[in-house]
Amino acid sequence: AMEEGPSARIREGDCAVLKRDEVFKAVSVLRRRKIIFEKQWFYLDNAIGHIYGTTFEVTNGGNLQPKQEVEETSTETKEAGTDNRNIVDDGKSQKLTHDDIKALKDKGIKGQEIVQQLIENSTTFRDKTEFAQDKYIKKKKKKYEAVITIVKPSTRILSTMYYAREPGKINHLRYDTLAQMLTLGNIHAGNKMIVMETCAGLVLGAVMERMGGYGSIIQMYPGGGPVRAATSCFGFPKPFFDNLHEFPLSKVQSLLSGTFTTEILPADPEENALVEEESNGLSEEKQTSLQETEEEPATEAPMEINPTEEQDMMDINAEDVEFKGNKEKENKENVREKQMKQWERRKKLKEAAALLREKNADGLIVASKFHPTPLLLSLLEFVAPSRPFVVYCQYKEPLLECYTKLRERGGVINLKLSETWLRNYQVLPDRSHPKLTMSGGGGYLLSGITVILEKGKSDSSSSEALKMEEPSSKRCKLQDLPC
Amino acid sequence: MSFVEYGDTIKDGDTAIVFLGHESMFPVKVQHGTVTQTKYGVIRHSTDLIGKKYGSKVTCSKGGWVFILHPTPELWTMNLPHRTQILYSTDISIITMMLELKPGSIVCESGTGSGSLSHALIRTVAPTGHLYTVEFHQQRAEKAREEFREHGVEHLVTVTNQDVCKNGFGVSNIADAVFLDIPSPWEAIGHAKSALKAEGGRICSFSPCIEQVQRTCLAMEEYGFTEINTLEILLRVYNVRTISLQIPDLGKAAEDNSSSGFDSSNPSHQGSPCANLQQGTVQFKSGVPLREVVGHTGYLTFATKS
Repeated sequence: AMEEGPSARIREGDCAVLKRDEVFKAVSVLRRRKIIFEKQWFYLDNAIGHIYGTTFEVTNGGNLQPKQEVEETSTETKEAGTDNRNIVDDGKSQKLTHDDIKALKDKGIKGQEIVQQLIENSTTFRDKTEFAQDKYIKKKKKKYEAVITIVKPSTRILSTMYYAREPGKINHLRYDTLAQMLTLGNIHAGNKMIVMETCAGLVLGAVMERMGGYGSIIQMYPGGGPVRAATSCFGFPKPFFDNLHEFPLSKVQSLLSGTFTTEILPADPEENALVEEESNGLSEEKQTSLQETEEEPATEAPMEINPTEEQDMMDINAEDVEFKGNKEKENKENVREKQMKQWERRKKLKEAAALLREKNADGLIVASKFHPTPLLLSLLEFVAPSRPFVVYCQYKEPLLECYTKLRERGGVINLKLSETWLRNYQVLPDRSHPKLTMSGGGGYLLSGITVILEKGKSDSSSSEALKMEEPSSKRCKLQDLPC
Repeated sequence: MSFVEYGDTIKDGDTAIVFLGHESMFPVKVQHGTVTQTKYGVIRHSTDLIGKKYGSKVTCSKGGWVFILHPTPELWTMNLPHRTQILYSTDISIITMMLELKPGSIVCESGTGSGSLSHALIRTVAPTGHLYTVEFHQQRAEKAREEFREHGVEHLVTVTNQDVCKNGFGVSNIADAVFLDIPSPWEAIGHAKSALKAEGGRICSFSPCIEQVQRTCLAMEEYGFTEINTLEILLRVYNVRTISLQIPDLGKAAEDNSSSGFDSSNPSHQGSPCANLQQGTVQFKSGVPLREVVGHTGYLTFATKS
């Protein structure tokens, strides 16, 4: 199931990510759709057909134009000072006023030229040290040379974006923590994975990317249906979704106890909307499902009402009085459609249940807002022995409890509770230093490996537990000094 | 079994991991008629291993027992024989994600070293990708080839014995990503650029010293790489422990039945979740940091070919 050519091109309908320095934003590539990004308004039309990774400037008309490669001003020895002892910051060193700068912008003067003007009109520029001059130029460029790069979505890009823009949606799962999960979980092509996440579908997308369309995934979901807002941003080809299944958490207990049935289906958000439409006739389109209200698109495009449903509704209203006969026929068709959909759903549910019942999944990934312990204890039942599992939690304490319960359960080894710290660096000649430390706030991971669970041997699991613990550093032996 | 595909049953010729207990394990080459010594006794491959399911508990001759695990690149990293300093899974994880590796990716790597990262890369790009790995030490290159063969992944990797700084990776314009872990990475940036595909390829250089990083960043800039970014990642592991802390004796107030706050000798505190029935202690669960932690492995510098 594979890939585009060596250099992928931006196409209409794609989900693309706009990038300016460290700021990202995901958007749908649609013609005549105004985009706001970093205080600029523009249309994406001109970007279509260009290669991903191209950098654009925004023209006065709100269109994108590929940025020309410009030669940096030559490195002649510039006039510079040695330190800032005589530089007074009185706010008056820049001779150009706000209005002057605005006038330049309105004339269509390019950002690079504006920066040059600012330098020439700064009374203190030539007294600054070379480093300070560098810093000044960088700062002005950042403000006036607004360039936007359009990048292809990937786990790297989307996980960074979500963490910066909407961390609440992903339970504050930081991108390096996600990276650990994918590797610790040995996610690779051909796996049969169980994924349980409430991270807008970002974790699911990351798993799908690492599986490359091979193997299968069963996504467990709470409520009415799985949220896959972020997943659609990845731009996976259709075949990737052929082996993506979903299964409701609310049916897990029945599946484990052998009482599973497809007779009562979890509420279908779409069905609810249709039913309401017909019973009320003139009712508005409503978003009834909790899942849908939680789901906020990461894209610029507004959540659009399904055009065909809207059309149906309008048709019904208009022809109501005159063509009652037709309306009845349409109702019958709608009912048939509903029945087909229900049948489809039942069929998919049975398939997912069958896959789970095999109890031979190659791994389990959990990253949700729920307490991890009940999820782990139940979902591990579906995992084969000698396979890794990874649980993410925003907080450490629930994982402490999870660890303890897993030890009591037995059938797991190599349990590890961890977090990662990330530090970015500024690397410049004679000016290298760390930038920020990211620690805490990125969440915690509990990982382990399954082994064959010997049920009904409680002393075996406690001796196992003893063996799995790190020996205490100070065991008080009777002959030693009392603790 | 292979390092890129799970199997259920232990077979002759497999590489399996013998797990003895906390952080104690070692790899074993499964072979008919062989025995393996452990501190719990002998494991006989023909009877104890071959045909058993991965994840099984095996009782050894002295009565103790072990678990037999299916190999993964992560377990391999923890157990492989070191010929050089290796990369561990924490760095490997962030490298994999930042280089945007996935099935079908073409990756170039130098130096191969002990093959720790190599196994992880092969696992990620399988079944349709490829790893071109360059190692200038002849024996190490040969040992790597041998291991890839034993682990069933030789079709996914090409080991070249040459100096990447002089002769590059042996391919041009096709790699999605390049990884460098060599003493003078700035000397290989040009070769990395020519190995990478025309547009959008990713590069990563790993160096323990900041001076190396500085020179490498300069070289990346000179060769027109963009999005140059240096970071380091550290792993913090916590041990889950039940801790008991003693309640200090603060004496009693003047009146015999006025108890201020925490008087755990008072039997009515028995219902409290934290208090312990034994004299004056409170128990709780804690994630305790390890005493010895890795402080630094190296700096990771990433960039994009534009």
